[in-house]
Amino acid sequence: MFVVIAGGGKVGRTLARILISRDNEVMMIEQDRRRYQRLTQEFEESVMFGDATEIFNLERAGIERADVVAAVTGDDEDNIIICQVADHKFNVPKSIARVNNPENQEAFDVLGVGPTVSATNSLLSLIEHEMPAHKLVHLLNLKKENLEIVEVMVEDGSPLALKRIEEISLPAGVLLISILRDNQALIPQGSTELRAGDQILAILEPGREDELTHLFLSV
Amino acid sequence: MYVVIVGCGRVGSALALGLVSEGHKVAVIDEDEDALLRLGEDFPGDFVHGVGIDIKSLEKVHTQNADAFVAATDGDNTNIVSAQLAKERFGVKCVVTRVYDPHRARFFKEQMGISTICPTADTINLLATAVRTCAVNP
Repeated sequence: MFVVIAGGGKVGRTLARILISRDNEVMMIEQDRRRYQRLTQEFEESVMFGDATEIFNLERAGIERADVVAAVTGDDEDNIIICQVADHKFNVPKSIARVNNPENQEAFDVLGVGPTVSATNSLLSLIEHEMPAHKLVHLLNLKKENLEIVEVMVEDGSPLALKRIEEISLPAGVLLISILRDNQALIPQGSTELRAGDQILAILEPGREDELTHLFLSV
Repeated sequence: MYVVIVGCGRVGSALALGLVSEGHKVAVIDEDEDALLRLGEDFPGDFVHGVGIDIKSLEKVHTQNADAFVAATDGDNTNIVSAQLAKERFGVKCVVTRVYDPHRARFFKEQMGISTICPTADTINLLATAVRTCAVNP
């Protein structure tokens, strides 16, 4: 496979290195003279100096026979232009764009540029996945009795999904009192299986909330 | 007429001042807040500190209501992307953009339907005409 990579920053050169190690042909285009000179030491003939948004430079890089163009410069407008030229002028079978600023994602989408890769968006979705949609909700606080009733949801992918109550080792001072499923409240028994989407009502001693949410998030 | 201008340099600011003096409504976007100085203190139009490829900035000046949209920053790629967003995302009918690079100007005009004005190509033509004229009448 022949891949033209626009941009020789950290993303571009790592990508180039991996592709070359897997026996692909690569041409990387870097517009910063100093960075280009450093890159030639490692990539020799596989890197060229120039502005990848100039059609002439893309031609010099051999875009006409490229299987893939990866626009991974640090400028979103440049990445958009490079992909549009690759798609519409040179009919490159596949062009991939890096989105630097997630707020520009819509611009890539509106202009039909992509698939896009955004490190920030990937990180965000990973983080969101780790956070419960609504954390633990306090329903009732029995101060005098030193107890509280909370609600917590079994997320998709929670280690508790498809587990039977008896298989779960609850922290001391925590008791599951009801499962809200399909608008019905079930009284849990040892053999009751939890499902993703279940809302669990639990009674616990104040201060044990973290142990409970932790249980729902990790094994 | 309501005109949105991205880029408040020599060209963008002069265009904005010319249009307001003719009684048109104008909004200008520039990434440099000091660019507002070029418009003078009593500029009657809007000025938004923002970037032409940022949809939020374009929303701030109500680009969807613009009768015309001009991209005249010093960056060809910013201008081309901004102009396409005005057309595709905000449905502006009259979109004009400055592109210095003649190759990109031609490609985006002919194949992507963006009205581009290329000062470089125009200068080349003017110089060529001037040279031919003096060669004929030395």
